[in-house]
Amino acid sequence: MNKFLWPLIGFVVLVALLAIGLNLNPREVPSPLVGKAAPAFTLPQLHEPSRQFSPQDMKGKVWLFNVWASWCTACENEHPVFLELSRRNLVPIYGMDYKDKREDGEAWLRKHGNPYTLVVSDAEGRVGIDYGVYGVPETYVIDKQGVIQHKHIGAVTPKILDETILPLVKELQAK
Amino acid sequence: MKKCLLMLLLSLLPVFSYAGEAKDMAADPVLEKRMIGLAENLRCLVCQNESLASSHADLAEDLRREVREQMQKGLSDQEIIDYLVSRYGDFVLYDPPVKKATLVLWYGPFALLLAGAGMLIYQLRKRKSQVPEAELSDAEAQRAASLLDETPDSSDQSKDKQA
Repeated sequence: MNKFLWPLIGFVVLVALLAIGLNLNPREVPSPLVGKAAPAFTLPQLHEPSRQFSPQDMKGKVWLFNVWASWCTACENEHPVFLELSRRNLVPIYGMDYKDKREDGEAWLRKHGNPYTLVVSDAEGRVGIDYGVYGVPETYVIDKQGVIQHKHIGAVTPKILDETILPLVKELQAK
Repeated sequence: MKKCLLMLLLSLLPVFSYAGEAKDMAADPVLEKRMIGLAENLRCLVCQNESLASSHADLAEDLRREVREQMQKGLSDQEIIDYLVSRYGDFVLYDPPVKKATLVLWYGPFALLLAGAGMLIYQLRKRKSQVPEAELSDAEAQRAASLLDETPDSSDQSKDKQA
């Protein structure tokens, strides 16, 4: 009995470790940017390229920064979530059209609806690198001081919105 | 007809000049080699199990361009690595730094090895104490001594003779 006890315990521990490992999402790379100031940039707006936008314009407001693209299929899945959120008027959503042609981005918004207060165009993906973007969609929650408080990688689902993002937004807005 | 051909050739000129520009990026083989050397130790975040040097993902191309440009600006390899780590985290490194969070990763195998060696020594010692010393009677001792005295050579010879 005793002879088999320790190998058995070892086996169970190993299985437990492997089970945890298998259930982790390797796509979720913890961002070193959380807790740091949102990298500064100045980009042309998607709809009016002559006008520019910079995150410094948002000082004093809590806002969501959503990186999307017309070529991104997961963005289509999360889009209704943002459309619904924009109707509720809880927090401004700013979009960044990442590595995309201007016409394609505009057409995509015409087709699927536009939940964004404003969209900037990062055609070359340089600002994306500054924000550590490696797979669209990605969504950042940025506080009144311009600090990134949360980063969500992948499509935002209603559950993630209601359980993680919106409570955080409320908390930050109250500060 | 000649004019037409000339026009056609002229219209191709911008294409050539563009190709020249694109080449310019990789024109410096030393820099390109340095970039590849650095990128081989960095992980492509899209495909994860491929290095930045070998990946064909769009993002990897962008990052290679970024690395190239920073090298042209005169940044050191370490500065470029720091730049990427500050954006993508230690995850981009194939060689993770020794930190509190990575102690188990770095030293866990050695701890396991030591624990295994300790267990082995413990078990062997336990077994040794469990084996009783054999007590021989006088006759047995004599027989053992005579058997040990027989050299292998002589016994072999006797066997050969018999054969």
